[in-house]
Amino acid sequence: MRLELRGITKRFATLVANDHIDLVVEPGQIHCLLGENGAGKSTLMNCLYGLYTPDEGEILLDGEVVRFAGPGDAQAAGIGMVHQHFMLVPVFSVAENVMLGNEASKGVALDLDAARAKVREIAARFNFHVDPDAIIEDLPVGVQQRVEIIKALSRDAHVLVFDEPTAVLTPQETDELMEIMKQLRDEGAAIVFITHKLREVRAIADKITVIRRGAVVGEASPTSTDAELAAIMVGRAVELSVVKGEPQHTDTSLVVKDLTVTSATGQVLVDEVSFEVKGGEILAIAGVQGNGQTELTEALMGLETNVEGSIRLGGQELVGKSVRQVLDAGVGFIPEDRTHDGLVGTFTIAENLMLDRSDGPPFVKAGAIQIGFRDEFARQKVEEYDVRTQGIHQEVGRLSGGNAQKVIVAREMSRDLSLLLAAQPTRGVDVGSIEFIYKRIVEMRDSGCPVVVVSTELDEASQLGDRIMVMYKGGIVGVVPADTSRDVLGLMMAGIAPEDIAATQAEIAAEAAASDDAVSDAVDDAAPPGDTPSSDTATTGTDETGAAR
Amino acid sequence: MTAAVLDQLQEVVEARVIERKKFKVPIVFASTTVLLTLLYGLSARDGDAQFMLGSSSDFVTIPKVVVPGMTTAWITIGIMVVLTALAFVLANAYKKSPWYATVLFCVAAMFGFLAWAGAGAPAVVNVVNLISGAVALAIPLVYGALGGVIGERAGVVNIAIEAQLLMAAFTAALVATVTGSAWAGLVAAMVAGFAVAAILGLFAIKYRVNQVIVGVVTNVLVTGLTTFLFQRLLVPNQLTMNNTEPLRFSSIRIPGLSSIPVIGPILFNQTIIAYLMYVAIAAVWFALYRTRWGLRTRAVGEHPQAADTMGIKVNGTRWRAVLIAGAIVGIGGAYFTLVSNGRFNWEMTAGLGYISLAAVIFGNWDPVRAAMAGLLFGFAMNLNNILGLLHTPVPSQFLLMLPYAVTLLAVAGLVGKSRAPAADGVPYVKE
Ligand SMILES: Nc1ncnc2c1ncn2[C@@H]1O[C@H](COP(=O)(O)OP(=O)(O)OP(=O)(O)O)[C@@H](O)[C@H]1O
Ligand SMILES: [Mg+2]
Repeated sequence: MRLELRGITKRFATLVANDHIDLVVEPGQIHCLLGENGAGKSTLMNCLYGLYTPDEGEILLDGEVVRFAGPGDAQAAGIGMVHQHFMLVPVFSVAENVMLGNEASKGVALDLDAARAKVREIAARFNFHVDPDAIIEDLPVGVQQRVEIIKALSRDAHVLVFDEPTAVLTPQETDELMEIMKQLRDEGAAIVFITHKLREVRAIADKITVIRRGAVVGEASPTSTDAELAAIMVGRAVELSVVKGEPQHTDTSLVVKDLTVTSATGQVLVDEVSFEVKGGEILAIAGVQGNGQTELTEALMGLETNVEGSIRLGGQELVGKSVRQVLDAGVGFIPEDRTHDGLVGTFTIAENLMLDRSDGPPFVKAGAIQIGFRDEFARQKVEEYDVRTQGIHQEVGRLSGGNAQKVIVAREMSRDLSLLLAAQPTRGVDVGSIEFIYKRIVEMRDSGCPVVVVSTELDEASQLGDRIMVMYKGGIVGVVPADTSRDVLGLMMAGIAPEDIAATQAEIAAEAAASDDAVSDAVDDAAPPGDTPSSDTATTGTDETGAAR
Repeated sequence: MTAAVLDQLQEVVEARVIERKKFKVPIVFASTTVLLTLLYGLSARDGDAQFMLGSSSDFVTIPKVVVPGMTTAWITIGIMVVLTALAFVLANAYKKSPWYATVLFCVAAMFGFLAWAGAGAPAVVNVVNLISGAVALAIPLVYGALGGVIGERAGVVNIAIEAQLLMAAFTAALVATVTGSAWAGLVAAMVAGFAVAAILGLFAIKYRVNQVIVGVVTNVLVTGLTTFLFQRLLVPNQLTMNNTEPLRFSSIRIPGLSSIPVIGPILFNQTIIAYLMYVAIAAVWFALYRTRWGLRTRAVGEHPQAADTMGIKVNGTRWRAVLIAGAIVGIGGAYFTLVSNGRFNWEMTAGLGYISLAAVIFGNWDPVRAAMAGLLFGFAMNLNNILGLLHTPVPSQFLLMLPYAVTLLAVAGLVGKSRAPAADGVPYVKE
């Protein structure tokens, strides 16, 4: 189905989020939308999907003008959308979410079996597995994403919109998603793909349209380089790599010893972890999502309840301290899930910027919030961090994804820190802002503060980190220098200790050589030797440091 | 080549588990035991307690049981101590107490308490009457709770259950008397509940006024309205407008089922409104969990935006749920004037609507569990009535409190974590 948007305009009060946007998406084509945070990409897609009513302009499907009163109409017309923030009911099962709004029934009763069969059928078509009876909130984000895709496909969508689907995915999940998108394209679907990751754009786009400040500024060729894409998107040259000198170590270091975190039900989430981060150094924590990184950072922040072991920051013990005390000790925290942990959506930008500083001067004096000071501070930060907003009194919940992230970064970085914890600091952020956030993180490090960056992006970990620590099943696989190759890091993320890797690689090579088939086949079949890494190797993180350097 | 290896990781990473000891159940057991021991020790009573397990008209007559009051009480304490110790031992070994231990504990505690209360009293403790009375008292509570569950599952908090019950009771009395038909009264009660729900929906869903405020205001409004109409209209025309005495639904014995010992007379010798209640509990459960309507209703209560993106009209779904809930609560209101009382009296619902609301929460927003919570409250209320007859030495005010104290203990200790629908009470605004 051919999709055409003509002159779409959408205003929010005085802000023109979409300004006469024209866009044509051909069937059998992946059309990438590139643009800064707040450029209006999601808004445009919401207009297309019937969630917003455009103020002007029309939508054409196969040359016919269509009008959507709501998403139901858009779905009926063959449009499917995978939203930037998942639209899944967390307490429902996969099958229930897929059938919602289009339920098969047997008499008066729901026909759950039909829904299960549908989930399995679509999953099989794309070679992945999803348990139809699993409850959404128990599933990792990557799997939730697949459920979103199944949902869209179960309605026979011919036009599919993917709004930043890869922001929360691990590299392998991203690769799988791109395979799915290619398959859909080859089956004749028209696909709109929004992402901030230029690598993905180059890998998959058939056509690229760039939007800036609500208007189309031009097209880019899929063969452009990253730097070209970044420049046309932001409107200036962007430094894509991190510039930093040798680390200058200071005395305020973070020393974690035998840290164990368990869940309320007793599951061990972080397993006797020990490591040290010196002042003036960035430690990047890499690993597949869900291997204890989240819990480790939350424990460092005092957010976990079942914690054993010791966390010392500049000699001060942090285990057992309240979050308030941890904050007062100078720990800054950028949480990975900004919609839940970092911001109060219904508060204004100004209020969110002073959220963790409401206990005394300069923001509060004699129990009263110093409105003037707060607003001045907010204005300054909005300016400095380039938060695209209608003003400091706008609700944070109405900001675009990337701009909301910048508010958190601005708040945390504007305190006197003695430790910075950043979990996925650039998730959903455009290249221009990534450059800026990286600079600020490096500045923080150069001011002598220990910095911990958790990232599922290998590139981010390698670029930012002075050392990289890889986690697997709650333990540490090893700590290696930043220039370690992607392949080695990948194997470590699978739980193979760095000292075993040479052997593993040799083994894989030998197997490949022995095989008559194409090399790639052999590699695909190669099972990881020692796929149950002993917990000994996983907990000797600090010892590894010396060896690796 | 890492891709192949990482593929293996798609499997859920399973973690080592450190078991933790959970002492909630043993602690609740222990505190209940201590409480009762104190009661028995501080005010011992002489004489025998008489129990009756059936009514004389039963198919199989069970003879009266006479037990020595204090001895029985202390024996039950013994059983409770053993069960408590067992629970501690199990918890210490990382095990859960089996459910039948809890049931046994509750029965022992109740039996001992009644033996103590009935010791030396001339009155017989009729167990069947105790429980069937509890079922009867619980009827409006259960209807109220079912209505509350439906509304909140759709995301609308209904504080106005009280108003719905009261308006329905009033309307049922008036319509039944005027038409001379209890059935007409019942239908009118459902319409009244529906009408109050419409007020709630108008302000809470359409105009997005804070739902707690709307509910409270509706309660005040309906209380005032019914009291006014009662004094101006019903009191002067007592016989022609407010006299359901001759029309009241009477108990219907279900042949066969009602002759089952103990259970039969409790469950199957009730009025039509009670039988409707059994049907309603099952029907609401089925509708919420097994039908398209239920799936959509729960979806708009949990994540209205997700429902919207799937083409579901959020506010329409909420309207439907609130109105249906109103009609169901209306049946409960009819109970006051068509079963338990022969006429309407002002403020006769006496805050039961609020207790229904508590049952919704104790029942974890599940129709069956909320109904059970309603029954538990009904039991507590009926226990008061029976204890009043037995002339116990403890001040009556204290006894009035005891069942609730025990209920609280039971709920705190034995009911798991409760979780409200995520969008409960949050109006939905579309861009
Ligand atoms: N409901 C709303 N009310 C008011 N303003 C809004 C609303 N939704 C979006 N905006 C504003 O419209 C602009 C465009 O937002 P949009 O979400 O479309 O950006 P985006 O291109 O998707 O950005 P990102 O890459 O960060 O997701 C932003 O400035 C945002 O603050
Ligand atoms: Mg967006």
